[in-house]
Amino acid sequence: MLELEARAEPSRLMSWASPLLAVVLMLAGGMLVFSALGKDPAEGFRVFFINPVKDLYAVSELLLKATPLMLCAIGLAIGFRANVWNIGAEGQFMLGAVAATGVALHFEGSESGLLLPAMIVAGAAGGAAWAAIPALLRTRFNANEILVSLMLVYVAQLFVSWLVFGPWKDPDGFNFPQTKMFGEAALMPMVLEGTRLHLGFLIALAALVAGYAFMNRSYAGFRMRVAGEAADAARYAGFSAHRMIWVGLLLGGAAAGLAGMGEVAGPMGQLTDKIGSGYGFAAIIVAFVGRLNAFGILLASLLMALLYIGGEQAQQYLNLPSSISMVFQGMLLFFLLGSDVFIHYRLRLRRRAAPGR
Amino acid sequence: MTGRPTPATPPAATPRLVLKGISKVYPTVVANDQVDLAVQAGEIRAVLGENGAGKSTLMKIIYGVTRPSAGQIWWEGEAVEVENPAHARSLGIGMVFQHFSLFETLTVVENVALALPGKPALDALARRITAVSERYGLPVDPRRPIHALSVGERQRVEIIRCLLQNPRLLIMDEPTSVLTPQAVRKLFETLRQLAAEGCAILYISHKLDEIQELCHAATVLRGGKVTGECIPAQETPASMARLMIGKDLPHCEHGAAKTDGELRLRLAGLSHASDDPFGTDLKDIHLDVRAGEIVGIAGVSGNGQQELLRAISGEEPLSEKFPVQICGVEAGRLSPGQRRKLGLAFVPEERLGRGAVPGMALADNALLTAAHSQHMVAGGFLRFGRARDFAQRCIEAFNVKCGGPGAAAKSLSGGNLQKFIVGREILQVPKLLVCAQPTWGVDVGAAAFIRQALIDLRDRGCAVLVISEELDELFEICDRIAVIAKGRLSPTRPASETTVEDIGVWMSGLWPGAEASEPQPPTTRAESPNA
Repeated sequence: MLELEARAEPSRLMSWASPLLAVVLMLAGGMLVFSALGKDPAEGFRVFFINPVKDLYAVSELLLKATPLMLCAIGLAIGFRANVWNIGAEGQFMLGAVAATGVALHFEGSESGLLLPAMIVAGAAGGAAWAAIPALLRTRFNANEILVSLMLVYVAQLFVSWLVFGPWKDPDGFNFPQTKMFGEAALMPMVLEGTRLHLGFLIALAALVAGYAFMNRSYAGFRMRVAGEAADAARYAGFSAHRMIWVGLLLGGAAAGLAGMGEVAGPMGQLTDKIGSGYGFAAIIVAFVGRLNAFGILLASLLMALLYIGGEQAQQYLNLPSSISMVFQGMLLFFLLGSDVFIHYRLRLRRRAAPGR
Repeated sequence: MTGRPTPATPPAATPRLVLKGISKVYPTVVANDQVDLAVQAGEIRAVLGENGAGKSTLMKIIYGVTRPSAGQIWWEGEAVEVENPAHARSLGIGMVFQHFSLFETLTVVENVALALPGKPALDALARRITAVSERYGLPVDPRRPIHALSVGERQRVEIIRCLLQNPRLLIMDEPTSVLTPQAVRKLFETLRQLAAEGCAILYISHKLDEIQELCHAATVLRGGKVTGECIPAQETPASMARLMIGKDLPHCEHGAAKTDGELRLRLAGLSHASDDPFGTDLKDIHLDVRAGEIVGIAGVSGNGQQELLRAISGEEPLSEKFPVQICGVEAGRLSPGQRRKLGLAFVPEERLGRGAVPGMALADNALLTAAHSQHMVAGGFLRFGRARDFAQRCIEAFNVKCGGPGAAAKSLSGGNLQKFIVGREILQVPKLLVCAQPTWGVDVGAAAFIRQALIDLRDRGCAVLVISEELDELFEICDRIAVIAKGRLSPTRPASETTVEDIGVWMSGLWPGAEASEPQPPTTRAESPNA
């Protein structure tokens, strides 16, 4: 008889092997899904997982897709480590995009080299400001930040819609819900000639490094880890709980806002009502698949981007529904949670009943 | 079995419980190794041993919480396999745990109801609880939720829960650590009465004098093995200690205190209403602690100790500055970190989760309170080398048994973690150390070590305030003693001029002048020790 036995201490090996195991199981599950839909599994695998990395351009698209996921996830991970549950990165992402767009539209036609840095600052500030609302309500009135930050996503979506259907609508845009296209000075420079991969990717990599340094090397990050693991110990040590909430939410909001800025000033070049494309929510999965750790988040964001693009490819080449990438995301999280059991438990063969009874 | 005559034990044909060759092997440790034990009806048998000797594991096996890896149990002459605690209770085994097994969000009566078969009516059960609690001098309100109870009150609930089931074998795991001396005596009377009625009692303890007073026989465990059996009445505490720890019991050196040291802590009329509806409000507390002395605060838990500690440490900041003065600074509104910079060090009652972060390494736990005093932070970044070095110093100076500075706090035994935490606070050379329950649940050897460390700290000119529920400990190390009861603090008395008896009386709120400050008819006192 098989049984689960508690380990004496959590397995370090399993905490790293578990995401890999989950990926393998997801692939296996995916093969079954392809077969069940009457597609050749080998062909499905090629389209879904090989096409997105088949040449330099494909890889650049993958990195482009991973950029906002990385930024949102590293910001969220800092808060999650301190048990600050910011679920509203999607809204902060949109407000970052709005703030950056506001700067771009206000200085329309400017050729100044300061325009882009100003938009970057505005993007981060916009996201942080949106995250400040749940922080304020939590610290002043003890309102649950999960609910407040989540509800603010829908407020942000409606705010964006109002802007692009109303005051910011491009007068020459045939009534489409979108702003004017940004000028050259308001667009992110490309880092790879002939692709759409822009400066935002380098910013995201820098954010990962900064996030790692903050969480693992700084005193402020240490305080947040203590608050997350043992709130009473943080109080005993004199670490302010309010400060953790502010830092966790503001950093998460700023990172999400930056990601939003990168979308409008990068591949989109304008603000539309489709700006919120789920990156903020997907980043929650990325943060956890990446073990709330900078290096893990790098890998997890690449994997998640692969699922997004693979799903698009499967639509184009295999006539599969667009929800196929959601199926893969769901399987990934499901298998991850299952594999995580083995961090704290191990499987053991148990013989029934001792002899002589 | 020694085979010696045991006059204190009533004769009995079939032992109520017999264990033969019980072993329990965990992945990393052998908790019990071929343990034999027998207890007769009407016998009070001590199971004696240090923390980690395997006492609690053995009791959990008897109570069906864990299964033995090998060995056999006979209950009243029949071989049994105790499946689970409900099975144990149906056999007639009751257990009072050392670590409480209560649901925090439920009330006292609901918790008791869960341990009883069927669905008892809560109102009637509440009345039975009140009756039992009055009979055994264990006051507790059946309708209060567990989370609002202090450690001592929770233990009372555990004891009452067991007594309600009229057990035929009662297992008591360190039951007296939170009781007043008078209440201990009352509990002993109860246990003797239960034994006289034919109940067998297994009494787990490391308090030798208690065992001598109460128990008919003793089984001594060390390192998971039985190292001997004895009749406590025929032994001395020293001879039992040798069986228990394998060497002589250490003693504390305690010289005379300075009386004219500089004032380090002054509580000047500290009053604070507790946020918790079931907490204790602090009322007009006055206390001075000077450099070079140890002041002890005795009291039954739940009388305001937690609130007082939080007010002094800064975990619960006050609205006014003057009531807490640390080294001459009015500190009532300062945060714990700011108070630490004034020279305060603090050892809390809970080690895991408050004094230390369970999942973090000792080096990281050193950062918790020593980050600034030991210069472990530079430019906002951590200096891991310094943290590791400091943790290593704590480990060496306080003889902490562990895997080094990288070992997780939760991997240490309670006594070793406490030594680490005390070491971390003491090695920062504080001007004032506040220490709560310094040796609660710590084995004798480690307890003596910690007490000696506190005395040495005093001799080096530190002011020390100790809050403890163990009177013996306070009398061993303190120069002056006060008592906290119902949120009020008694005047202090020099320890040499008072007795355990006097302090015991004070613990129920009856000290000279206490009535004057709050007139109350004496009949309303819940537990008058003079009764």
